This record gives sequence, structure tokens and C-alpha cells, in this order.
Amino acid sequence: MTTTVAETGHHAPDYDYNIVRQFTIMSVVWGIFGMGMGVLIAAQLAWPQLNDFFQPFSHFGRLRPLHTNAVIFAFGGSVLFATSYYVVQRTCQTRLWGGWLIPFTFWGWQVVIVGAAITLPQGLTSTKEYAELEWPLDILIALIWVAYALVFFGTIAKRRTSHIYVANWFFGAYIITIAVLHIVNNLEIPVTAWKSYSIYSGTKDAMIQWWYGHNAVGFFLTAAFLGIMYYFVPKQAGRPVYSYQLSIVHFWALISIYVWAGGHHLHYSSLPDWTQSLAMVMSVILLAPSWGGMINGIMTLSGAWHKLRTDPTLRFLVVSLSFYGMSTFEGPMMSIKTVNALSHDTDWTVGHVHSGALGWVAMISIGALYHLVPVLWKRKEMYSVKLINAHFWLATVGTVLYIAAMWVNGITQGLMWRAFNADGTLTYSFVESVIASHPGYIVRWIGGSFFLTGMLLMVYNVFRTITETTNTARQDNTVPMAQAV
Amino acid sequence: MSTFWSIWVIVLTLTNLGLVVWVLFANRKVAVSDQNEPENRTTGHVYDGIEEFDNPLPRWWFLLFVFTLVFAAGYLAIYPGLGNFKGLSGWTSHKQLEHRQEKAQEKFSETFGKYETMPIAQIAESREALKMGARIFANNCSVCHGADGGGNYGFPNLTDNYWRWGGTPEKILETIHKGRQGVMPPQEPIIGEEGVKDAAEYVLALSGQEHDAAMAEKGKKIFGTVCMACHGMDGKGNQAIGAPNLTDDIWLYGSSREEIRHTIRNGRHNEMPAQEDKLREDKIRLVAAYVYSLSRQEEVEQ
Repeated sequence: MTTTVAETGHHAPDYDYNIVRQFTIMSVVWGIFGMGMGVLIAAQLAWPQLNDFFQPFSHFGRLRPLHTNAVIFAFGGSVLFATSYYVVQRTCQTRLWGGWLIPFTFWGWQVVIVGAAITLPQGLTSTKEYAELEWPLDILIALIWVAYALVFFGTIAKRRTSHIYVANWFFGAYIITIAVLHIVNNLEIPVTAWKSYSIYSGTKDAMIQWWYGHNAVGFFLTAAFLGIMYYFVPKQAGRPVYSYQLSIVHFWALISIYVWAGGHHLHYSSLPDWTQSLAMVMSVILLAPSWGGMINGIMTLSGAWHKLRTDPTLRFLVVSLSFYGMSTFEGPMMSIKTVNALSHDTDWTVGHVHSGALGWVAMISIGALYHLVPVLWKRKEMYSVKLINAHFWLATVGTVLYIAAMWVNGITQGLMWRAFNADGTLTYSFVESVIASHPGYIVRWIGGSFFLTGMLLMVYNVFRTITETTNTARQDNTVPMAQAV
Repeated sequence: MSTFWSIWVIVLTLTNLGLVVWVLFANRKVAVSDQNEPENRTTGHVYDGIEEFDNPLPRWWFLLFVFTLVFAAGYLAIYPGLGNFKGLSGWTSHKQLEHRQEKAQEKFSETFGKYETMPIAQIAESREALKMGARIFANNCSVCHGADGGGNYGFPNLTDNYWRWGGTPEKILETIHKGRQGVMPPQEPIIGEEGVKDAAEYVLALSGQEHDAAMAEKGKKIFGTVCMACHGMDGKGNQAIGAPNLTDDIWLYGSSREEIRHTIRNGRHNEMPAQEDKLREDKIRLVAAYVYSLSRQEEVEQ
């Protein structure tokens, strides 16, 4: 086995933290915006009069894509830019490569987000879920993504370590795959400045869309955030990663199997039977590779469990892995046709997405950001650990309320829709299932509000950490406090 | 799917799964160097202070992985999945649907079957049949006509006894079977904006509402040359073409001056979609009987 020279602290290269700071700040800002939008549209579903504020711009149908784009691409994207730029530098022991390409990724990404916030409420949309932005913004995203790939792989190429760390495998896979997915799914023919038509049609269009949609989840929201996990969990815990062998197996299995699974979004549709069953089979196989990441993260803590008692940042990271394990069990299960027959089009799907989005993606991001902020602004620690703890509980309770409400709603809806009377007529009309869902919608809104409240505590905590002057700096403050003693 | 693409799918699928199996088994054991040096449990890599243990794959996880792969192999053998290979069971989603429909047909032909030939008026006498009709109505018709059949803006009220296309059992059946296309052509190009306003006053007068008598007088002339073609000289409408009666103060789009002017100026286009391809004949008759009974409630009560 090769030994690599990579000591921390002593002769660390002059890392480019400026870009990481910029994306870190915007992560928090877009987090508030995107989740605030989520709380608003959750309220609209519980109390439909709230659609009428500023019609048609404030209508659920227009704000929902704004919510998803804001939380996935604005919040999640900013977190990924920040963490991948940080991790790739530190694990390669070299400054970020790329010159002007680096600020281009930041400012370009902000333009895309602002563009989304302007165009989507106006109803300018290509109507593809999670790919609603119209063609001028699609082109800008493609350019930014190429620049991102150049910066990332350029930095890998000039690394001073002999091996490439596992976090960077995941970041690399996500950057390459998202480029392919984004470009292929958004091939469209422009007819005006803000209107285009997809080059695909019918079932083919649906298949391409869900190949994209599912892998936006698989690579943007799973693989990339596993990259975050592989750096921040061992770093915050001060423990070695549990198993290198497990990293290898679950990485290759995860990225090669994920791309087959998109068809499970189109069960019982006009998609050919073979495509549906193949997608289902691949989704079931995905269970073990997905859990590989969870095991590697959680087992990394063996020998350091006591740190959970004092370190809420670590708690965020570990609980996010629990939610990750839960939703990656739920996913393969829901892809099984007979289960899907019950869950499809119900709130269960929404709950599943949010156990991943809130429990996994947002919580691991929050943990990583609480680790990053003191390092980036050369502070000893966050302004208030108590506030991190309060944030942790708000986030956890909020997530649990949200997903429990959606489970109940989803299964209720699924059962009501398929219930027959003895005479062969349907037992319930659709609107009866809506009435039955109303309490769940209110609980969901409460859960979302909890989560958002936690984010507001974070804004305050981050603001105070950055502006506080008495919080003295350390030479290398990336090692957790317990470890440093 | 052509043979080429079928082979393409099969080769890609099996290659990918084969490689996954290989990666899984190839990394099953820990590195050899480790066994000479039991003290050193790490790979020797250090990245920014992070080390990696070379622990073996957890056994339960390895077995879980193998189990899903075996499940996959079995599923792909039994069901379609590998390109054009039909699977040993010969299952298709179409066959499954047909099978279930047959079973349902068999099961419910007893409860439903008799209504296929029963006259609507007779079905409407049966309490049980009306209950079934009401459920079918709730699931198929209430989206537009309202849960109580009371209608909505642009969607007719089915509980009164005023009909655009006729309220006999035969006419109701015809409406449900074939659907209806209600078209009022725009008149502004023919009679001009002045004409629209005058005609609107006359229509207000017809239904006994407050109106400008002088304008209505002019409107009456326009009505007599243009509108009467469909609505009749007396404005009482014509059920054969769905032209509504304008004298009964029953309105699809409201009775206000503005709405009436809008209707005359821009016309209206309304559609009741045909149900004959969506609902089975027995269900159509049940729901027809229910609608028929709704409109007769007042009579029955009296």
C-alpha cells in the first residue's frame, strides 16, 4: 500500500477559500428562500385561498417548480459547489485550478437562479419536472457545468496526493453524469426567446424525462452528497473511514445501476413492459449499494459515539445518514410494481422525496456548513453550539412530522382510490380522498415550518460567527475540538 | 424492437450486472498486505488527515447484495425485461388487465347486468340502483356538475327541470352516450357593438329583468333577424339544437348585463364529453336514471 504525504496544517497550500465562502453564504440564503417557498406552497395546499394573493404569479402551479428548483439547484447546488471545491482542494493538497472559470461558475449559477425566480412565476417553463427552465437558461447551465468540470478535474489532475480520495470519486461521477443528463433531456427546439419544444415526443419523451429525473436524484442528490459525507463525517468524527473495500464496491455498483432505474416512475404506463420490469429489477438491486454509503458513514463513528452527545454538528451528519438509509430502503420498495400500484400519484411519493430531501440532503448539508463556516472565516467554532443543537431538533422533528403526515396521507389515498363496493362501484369519489388528506396537509405545513425555523436560527448563527471578533482563530481548525486536545 | 436493439439491451444489462457481481466478489476479502501486518488496519492513504480502514465488507450487507442479485436473475427469467425475451411466464400488462377485467365483469354482471335492458324510468324506481348511480355520478360527473349535481358556472344544473337538450330518459341517455357540443356563435362581427348592447337589453327584458326599454326595442329587431334562428321568435329556445330558453331566468353563465353582453359579443362554446367509450352501458344507464331522478325530485316531493 502506498503512503501519501499529506500532513495537515504544517505546509498546507494556499487554498482558494474565497469561492467556497461565496457559495457557503449563498447556500444559506437560497436555503431560506427555497424552503420558505416550500412552506408557502404547503400552506396553499392546506388552505387553497392562499393561491389568490397575486394571481396568476402566486399560483401553486407556478410556485411549485420554483420551490423545487430553489431547494435542489439553488440550495443543494450551492452546497455542492462549496463543498466539492473545498474537499477537492484539501484532499488533493493543492489550490483550485481554473482561473476565471471559478468565479464564472459562481456568478453564472446565481444568474441561473435569479433567472428561474423571474421566469417560473411568469409561467415560462418547458414543463419537464426538475428541468422546467427554458432554453436560454439551459444553455447557461450547460456552460457553467462544463466550467465546473474543468475546474474540478483540472484540480484533480494537479493533485499532490498519489491517490484520489473517495469523496472525489462521487463528486466526479456526479459532475459528469449531470452534464450528460442535463444536455440530453433538454434538447429542444426554440420557437421564441422563452419558448421551446422538446425534440422527443410521447412515451420516449416521458422515458428520457424520468431517466433524467431519477438520476437528478441519483447523482445530484445522492452521489454528490455521499461525496460530502465521505469528507465531513470522518473529519468531524476524527475517525478513519470504516471500509475502503466497501467504498469501492458501493461506488461502482451505485453509479452503474442508478442510470437504469428511471423507468420505475412510469409503471403501468404505455412504456413497454420490458422497460418497466428492467427498471424495477435495477431499483431493487440498488438497495445494497445505497446502504453501502450509510454503513460506511455510520460505522466510521464506531469508537467515537460519545461525540454525538456533545457535538450537534456530528449529530446532523449521522442522523442524515439514518434518513438516507430509510429513504433508500423505501425507494426500491416503492419501485416494486405491486407497491407502486398503491403508492403511485399519492402523497407517499411526496413523503419519500422529502425524507430524502429534508432528512438526507438538507441535514448533511447543514452539518457540512456548520463544519465549514468556522474554518472558512478562521473562527474557533460556531458562535453558538446551543443554537446548532436547537436547529438539529427543529430539523429532525420537522422532518419526522412531514414524512409521517405524507405516509398517512399517501396510504389513505391509495386505499381510498382502489376501494370498491360490493356492487362494483368505487367506494369513494376523488374529493373524499382530498378531504381525508386535509389534516395531513396541515401537519406537513407544521413540519415544514419547523424545518424553516431551524434554518432561520442557522442564518443568525452564521451571521454572528462571521461578524464576531472575539471568536479567536486557530492555525488549523479543521480538526474537531475533542480531537485537538 | 428490432433484433439489434434487443441484443443491445441484453448485452448492456448482462454486462453491467456481470461487472457488479465481479466488483462485489473481487473486493470481498481484505487486502493481502494487511494480513501480514495485523496491527495496521488502514489502507495507508491519508487525505487531509482522513485515513481509511480496510475492513472487509459486512457479511449481512454482502448477503443482502447477493440476495437482490439472485432476485433480479429470477425476475428477469420469469418476466419480460431482457429485450425481446418474453420471460418464462408469458406475462404482459395487457394480459393482466384483460384478466382482471374479465374477473370483474363476471363478478359484477349479476349486480349490473340486469340494468342493460331495463327502461330508465324503471331503474329510477329502484332505491338500490339510484345509490349505485349516485356513486358513478360522484366519480365521473361531479367534477363539472358538482357533487350534488347543482352545476357550476358554465356547467348546467341537473337538479332542476329545465333542459337544454331535453330531459326525457332517451334524451338524457343520448347526452351521456354521445356528449354535446353547445355553440353560440359570436355576434359582434355581424351586429356590431351597438347591436350587442341593444340585443342584451332585449334578452334582459325577455327574462323579466331591469332593462333600458328604448335599447330593448332596438334589440328586439336584431333578435327577430339574427337570434331567432336558434332561440326562436319567442326566445323560448330549441332543445333539438341545444339553444337555451331565454325567458325562464335560468342561466349557464350568469344573468348580469356584462355576462349577457359577453355571450352575445364573443359567443360561447361548451362541451359535454361523450361517455360511451369511457363507461360501460349498464353504468351509463344507472347514471342516466340517477340524473333523471334528480330532475324529478321536486315533482316527487310535491
